[in-house]
Amino acid sequence: MYQYDTHDQAMVDARVAEFSDQVARRLSGTLSEEQFRPLRLKNGLYLQLHAYMLRVAIPYGTLSSRQLRTLGDIADRYDRGYGHFTTRQNIQYNWIRLEDAPAILADLAAVGMHAIQTSGNCIRNTTADHFAGAAPDEVADPRPYAELLRQWSTFHPEFDYLPRKFKVAIIGSETDRAAMKLHDIGIQVIRNDAGEEGLRVHVGGGMGRTPMIAPVIREFLPPLQMISYLEACLRVYNRYGRRDNKYKARIKILVHEIGADEYRRQVEEEFAHILTLGLEPPPAEFARIAAQFADPAFDPQAPEAIDRSDPDFALWVDQNVHPHKAAGYGIVTVSLKPTGGIPGDASADQIRLVADLARDYSFDEVRVTHAQNLVLPHVRRADLHALWQRLDAAGLANANLDLISDIIACPGLDYCSLANARSIPLAQKISQRFADPARQRDLGELKLKISGCINACGHHHAGHIGVLGVDRKGVENYQLLFGGSEGADTSLATIIGPGFSEDGIVDAIETATGVYLAHRSEGERFIDTYRRIGTAPFKEAIYG
Amino acid sequence: MSVEKIKILTGNDLLVGDVIWWTGSGWSRHVDHAAPLADDAGALIAAEEAARSVVSAYVVDATREHGKVRPNHIKERMRALGPTVRLDLSLRPDDPAAAAWIA
Repeated sequence: MYQYDTHDQAMVDARVAEFSDQVARRLSGTLSEEQFRPLRLKNGLYLQLHAYMLRVAIPYGTLSSRQLRTLGDIADRYDRGYGHFTTRQNIQYNWIRLEDAPAILADLAAVGMHAIQTSGNCIRNTTADHFAGAAPDEVADPRPYAELLRQWSTFHPEFDYLPRKFKVAIIGSETDRAAMKLHDIGIQVIRNDAGEEGLRVHVGGGMGRTPMIAPVIREFLPPLQMISYLEACLRVYNRYGRRDNKYKARIKILVHEIGADEYRRQVEEEFAHILTLGLEPPPAEFARIAAQFADPAFDPQAPEAIDRSDPDFALWVDQNVHPHKAAGYGIVTVSLKPTGGIPGDASADQIRLVADLARDYSFDEVRVTHAQNLVLPHVRRADLHALWQRLDAAGLANANLDLISDIIACPGLDYCSLANARSIPLAQKISQRFADPARQRDLGELKLKISGCINACGHHHAGHIGVLGVDRKGVENYQLLFGGSEGADTSLATIIGPGFSEDGIVDAIETATGVYLAHRSEGERFIDTYRRIGTAPFKEAIYG
Repeated sequence: MSVEKIKILTGNDLLVGDVIWWTGSGWSRHVDHAAPLADDAGALIAAEEAARSVVSAYVVDATREHGKVRPNHIKERMRALGPTVRLDLSLRPDDPAAAAWIA
């Protein structure tokens, strides 16, 4: 894992001191709210529906056990005993007092963390494959690139006031676990025919009001030219992106309006110029960063076989443990989706428990997934049963990864001032309706995603089944979408018909699963059947 | 008693962030304490924000009946209650009917 050097630490310490002074001036009346608002947002402090909300950055979703334990302690000390893991691999606290915010930032800085780049029209916290460094199909670990992006983008003076917020995701394998093509920039580490490592760059994707899949803008980029190339991508956007209309200000609109070819031409022109400036990091610096993501000391003798005599444990292994690149190890996903629970919420005790488990079983490492779960990336298979028992005792052993109850849901109208409808109660009802584990497994992989407004923090466009909450004359209403996907086969879901009440949409989703079961062929997931048979049978069953 | 259509003033406590409602002489966390406003709240908002009693104050439509105040829009009712998915953290933690008040 990357360890802050003195420069990194000095930057976050200075930010804590600066924000402490800003809060003091706000409380004394020297700063008005109009003056203070952009300053607090630069530190992740929002004023939400009920209170101040602090969004803490978790760069590329990677945490040490010490950092995670601090996040649990913050939940206890300054909030109401829980935190909410987000669809951008961050954590949010919902009940922060303004006067406590500087102390929280100081606690974060003490473990190499901060809340920078979690708000505003800057380059936001970079997200990455949560199986990075552990997945067997990986070309290369994307985290050294993500860390380089963090260092480049933090406080970048040219890109601190972009036309709109800007999100980057990076993956290192063919399996896209980061919704990479649905970001402003998506990067994939690849190898060319000569076996050389490089980067494929997609630009202009996104969800929100105008969902788009990012086209490839650069097929192969030498790794150490990444910073110059992204500098060019951002510079063209910063120059021509629309600032006159918030709803057309994202880079996807620019790429769409001028076309990928013209955008590529302009980027290449800018790139050629930037290459003459020598912005590239020295190879030794990239090597220094990469060395900090070296494999932990895996036991070459770690046994592969495990005792599967406990049926509940065996089900959990089958559903929530993925193969690891090292023999005798597994990648464990800790579900934050208990039946009837709040997707992504974890109590302070649960957070600290996972920190302890990372220390005891996963070389001190934890990942946060964009699907609002946690990952212990390097667990000896021989330790799985002991780990599972400790998770089970804390209500964290739900064996539902990628099943219908593993729902992504934004905070919705229960917490968010932008939302039009509640998301969480709907997720709770669906997970209760499909609580039977055997029924869930029979349905197989089914990604269900719920957003409480058009901003799509719940990724409803990327759901095999998506739900969008809307406000219909002051009453919550839910639109149903089918056909989205965020993986290598990225596609955008479309609305299939008139909306529903909260109870009505749960019934409609259940009806849709019935259509799937009636039509599926051997080995087909819900999304596969939907793509093969189309919308008509689903509409017929749901709307009659 | 008939249902009164009223306008009330809300915002957040600057220091702690709590949702608060103007009572006519101060601020309360309970929407039932909200007092009907005169037509123009601009001067009141300016004075209260300048005094750092409240942040992001604005006027909302509501009804009042038998001393109970109900904001017209669901978002304001949500602010008045707290999250329906964590009623233990709401202002009516022991009221099983609280969530129904939102809809």
